[in-house]
Amino acid sequence: MTARIGVVTFPGSLDDRDSQRAIRLAGAEPVALWHKDKDLKQVDAVVLCGGFSYGDYLRAGAIARFSPVMDTVIEQAKAGLPVLGICNGFQILTEAHLLPGGMLGNDHLHFICRDQKLRVENAETSWTTDYTAGQEIHIPLKNMDGRYVADQYTLDELEAEGRVAFRYLDFNPNGSLNDIAGITNAAGNVVGLMPHPEHAVESLIGTGRTDGLPFFTSILKKLVNA
Amino acid sequence: MARVVVDVMLKPEILDPQGQAVQRALPRLGFEGISDVRQGKRFELEVDGPVDEAALARIHDLAESFLANTVIEDFTVRVEEVSEAVK
Repeated sequence: MTARIGVVTFPGSLDDRDSQRAIRLAGAEPVALWHKDKDLKQVDAVVLCGGFSYGDYLRAGAIARFSPVMDTVIEQAKAGLPVLGICNGFQILTEAHLLPGGMLGNDHLHFICRDQKLRVENAETSWTTDYTAGQEIHIPLKNMDGRYVADQYTLDELEAEGRVAFRYLDFNPNGSLNDIAGITNAAGNVVGLMPHPEHAVESLIGTGRTDGLPFFTSILKKLVNA
Repeated sequence: MARVVVDVMLKPEILDPQGQAVQRALPRLGFEGISDVRQGKRFELEVDGPVDEAALARIHDLAESFLANTVIEDFTVRVEEVSEAVK
């Protein structure tokens, strides 16, 4: 049986179809989940995709965090369910305290859209085993609120435990502390990042590279081997 | 009916580029001598019934869990007196 990976659609989600497509290209079965559903339809993993859930009113991700589907996602993520938060999904994960720190407006105050170079710092999470530590990749970045912040204690802890999963290279697009592009929880099942791997899974579009595909093949391999 | 005001501000150690942009515009507008600006949010909650300790405690919980993200923001809660003269 092939792995089933859920993609949550909130009002204002934009990249749910792209995420489903990336999952399909990796060889898994995408399952559409709705923000009002408490039931996760027995999926093996969940992707919280990019967009502007609930308009990003109040703070990015703050209202989505209290949607019915998130009650179940939070509960199951704590029990080990693999969850990937991309962009708005990363913001939701910090608001839900599944990942530490917070996300704020870019330091230059502008929306930014570019092909971003990253370094994979941790290739041992549920979503990164098909990368190698230190690998440099290019995937698209597009956001308004991408500035990762945390107190010094949290930053030191993330660095010491190797939980900075991705770091911006050459250019820090939003003022994120320590050039952090993505982090993981201590267990390695919850990963959040601002750039969009689901937009770099086919050579004809995006960066013209498929540097984002290993996210989805990593989780598939983990689930099939589990 | 009473009004409860929740003020939310970024923690002092966190960079506030919006406030900085405002502050940088001030000299152009002829306002000198303002060395720093920080921008926050104000929520005005119209509350049915009396604002007793229990109601304030509930609003405090609301502010702490939802209106503010205490990882990055501080907040204050206060009851605003509605002046008779305004009516």
